[in-house]
Amino acid sequence: MSLKILAVDDSRTMRDMIRMALIPAGFDVHLAEDGVHGIEVLDGLAPDAIITDINMPRMDGFGFIDAVRDQEEHRATPILVLTTESAPELKMRAREAGATGWIVKPFDPAKLVKALQMVAG
Amino acid sequence: MSDQNDPMAEIRASFFIECEELMEALQDGLQELDDGSEDPETINVVFRAVHSIKGGAGAFGLEALVRFAHRYETVLDEVRNGSLHPDSEAMKLFFLAADHLSDLIRACRDETEINESTSDELLERLDALLGEEGGAEEIAPEEFEVQGLSLSLDLDLDLDTATGDDGGDEAESTALYTIRFKPEQELFATGNEPAMLLRNLCDLGEARVRCAFGDLPSLQDLAPETPYVEWIVELRTDAAEPEIRDIFEFVDGLCELEITGGTSPLPEPQAEAEAATEPALPEAAPPPPEPDPVATTDTGATILPMGPRDAAPEPAREGEGERKATPAAKSVVRVDLERIERLVNLVGELVINQAMLSQSLDEAGLSPHSDAMNGLEEFQRLTRDIQDSVMMIRAQPVKSLFQRMSRIVRESSAAVDKEVRLITEGEATEVDKTVIERLADPLTHMIRNAVDHGLEATERREEIGKSRAGTVTLTAAHRSGRVIIEVADDGAGINRKRVQEIAVTKGLIPADAQLSDGEIDNLLFLPGFSTAKQVSNLSGRGVGMDVVKTSIQSLGGRITINSEPGKGTTFSISLPLTLAVLDGMVVNVANETLVLPLNVVVETLSLGTDDVQMLRPGNYVVRWRGGFVPLYDLGVMLGYRSHRQTDPGSIVLLIVLEDGSRAALVIDGIQDQRQVVIKGLDDSFYRAPGIAAATILGDGQIALILDPADVISGMGHIRGTDLMLSERKIANE
Repeated sequence: MSLKILAVDDSRTMRDMIRMALIPAGFDVHLAEDGVHGIEVLDGLAPDAIITDINMPRMDGFGFIDAVRDQEEHRATPILVLTTESAPELKMRAREAGATGWIVKPFDPAKLVKALQMVAG
Repeated sequence: MSDQNDPMAEIRASFFIECEELMEALQDGLQELDDGSEDPETINVVFRAVHSIKGGAGAFGLEALVRFAHRYETVLDEVRNGSLHPDSEAMKLFFLAADHLSDLIRACRDETEINESTSDELLERLDALLGEEGGAEEIAPEEFEVQGLSLSLDLDLDLDTATGDDGGDEAESTALYTIRFKPEQELFATGNEPAMLLRNLCDLGEARVRCAFGDLPSLQDLAPETPYVEWIVELRTDAAEPEIRDIFEFVDGLCELEITGGTSPLPEPQAEAEAATEPALPEAAPPPPEPDPVATTDTGATILPMGPRDAAPEPAREGEGERKATPAAKSVVRVDLERIERLVNLVGELVINQAMLSQSLDEAGLSPHSDAMNGLEEFQRLTRDIQDSVMMIRAQPVKSLFQRMSRIVRESSAAVDKEVRLITEGEATEVDKTVIERLADPLTHMIRNAVDHGLEATERREEIGKSRAGTVTLTAAHRSGRVIIEVADDGAGINRKRVQEIAVTKGLIPADAQLSDGEIDNLLFLPGFSTAKQVSNLSGRGVGMDVVKTSIQSLGGRITINSEPGKGTTFSISLPLTLAVLDGMVVNVANETLVLPLNVVVETLSLGTDDVQMLRPGNYVVRWRGGFVPLYDLGVMLGYRSHRQTDPGSIVLLIVLEDGSRAALVIDGIQDQRQVVIKGLDDSFYRAPGIAAATILGDGQIALILDPADVISGMGHIRGTDLMLSERKIANE
């Protein structure tokens, strides 16, 4: 049973990278281009884990995590934040918003897969 | 382009394409900021563009790009959070940095050499911005509050340390750890799951997991979202302690965590490394209760079997794959331009083929109401639709081209030390991609010319009461089926006296030539003409306006000058919308078949006896709706015959040019009105004035396609100059 992942990132390159890292590893990958789009895609999707970027147009990652956590069924869905900074402040901020964990960009595919498996099985 | 076998290469290629889009957004945003935009989203866009470039570049290990983007981003972040207010100098620097960023991207893409010294210089200047205004705050780039989540390491161990034989001799590095883990409520709020953490622990080695219910209240006192239990894991592993801690990275501060034992090199309170478990550990690692996401209210067995999580309910498959309707974002397919070219060519062939079919059906004498004719009509409509769609694939807004020009303006104005403002209009105007690409060089040259020669020096402008900064306006628009691109400056205008002098000194025209203003302006297009008193390092590169003109002509376009002394000069480029197909009127002139673009023809007339009036020998006008329109015999103009045929009853096409002027062309007959495929004339052909291209008609015959504006206006001037040139040659010999 493959894990269903929703990845939200405004950069096409990043989305491609995520898809390329996850599909060969057997994940079922769904993509969205920003927070607002992410919420739309999330509707009826029930992913096992969510990956989101922080800096995005329309709705940023913090807003997106908030909105996801506001949905009863996603209160405990693991959410990984993609960040270019490894600064502890950013991690803390992501966590305050309700993120489960973080992945520092640039990530290598194995790291991403491992992180997902760590939070979602 | 799309190497299917190497996904990385493909993503890399797509990254560079994305970079172009990001650079476009960056340029736009900077421009808006420079224009005084107060919208916080503007700086966000700018920041995000640089941020995304950095992110992608990091993924491909493009260090030079990451380095530059990172520090550029840092400065932009200061602007974003309001601690740095860029003045005009800073904005200039931001533009320069953006230009350099785009150079870096290109260098990375083409794997050419990277100009590190420019990077360093710009970075230094960027950093200086921080130092002056925002440097002190760099510690806190984001506004946030660190919550007082402390990692509690209290040592009140209530766990019974496992005791067993010291059989830890299977592998030297194997050690026994005891891990006490007590989740706090926050841990669940962030979507973390103890079961996962424990399972990850179990993956490290042999583990025995116990759940301690010490604090569990009675059922009626139990708060559903408060965690009460803790887990004690005995783990025999060859992993070092940092590896174990890594598992808890995401929950650091959200739980009580104690790791004891092990042979970790880290200072450990307990040195009882020999402590080992009983040899027979249960096969399946004993795990925690099955995830109830928010609360661990399980009671029951201390050791639970680790259940696979696969039993998760299958969610509705409605959102299968990517959403079809992505509202804001347009989905994009990258296609090799060559494939589109092929498609365009095929459509061209289809149009020709259809014309042939239509002709042979005609000749077969079929009734216009027959099924075949109806079918043919439908066929024509479809062909037209296909063709429009294909053209739309190739059409692109001129925006990217204009953005490149804004860089040219920045660079060239800096080089000659003039203040120049570039105003662009009609950026959304769509033009065939090939045309856009081939316009870059001519436009660059024209912009440089405008900055270098067109605009006065800054002091001079002040003297004569003009604004300090000169303005160059770049406009694009669709007008009567063509694309008009204009480069206008508000400079001194063409110094016609000087132009004529130069032309005479250079021997381009006879000293006593009497030339109209328009003719003088057109001298600029003669090969080898340069008005700059001294060749600046900007436009004097041996490329003259003649080259510009040739390249515009090779696109089927025209270039005209309009200059007013003291007010400025405007160069107008008029281009066909597409390079492929044209709605044409097929006419006969002196037994030749010619095609005129249909959109210029507004009316056909037949000459009456009194309609034609002579202004002076060789110049005629025709009366038309109470006015007069200049009358030309196409046959004479193209040199097919020497005598004008303006007998009553002659057929005349009334045409309107882009500038709104009208002209009447005498022809011998109208054959048809149809789509024709434009076949460019090879360079090996002489570029005759007025002839834009050629086409193949339904009967296989080749016909020339005329550019009426060039026939009427352009030809007069060029012809005149050509004549003068040949006269001069004769005189010299």
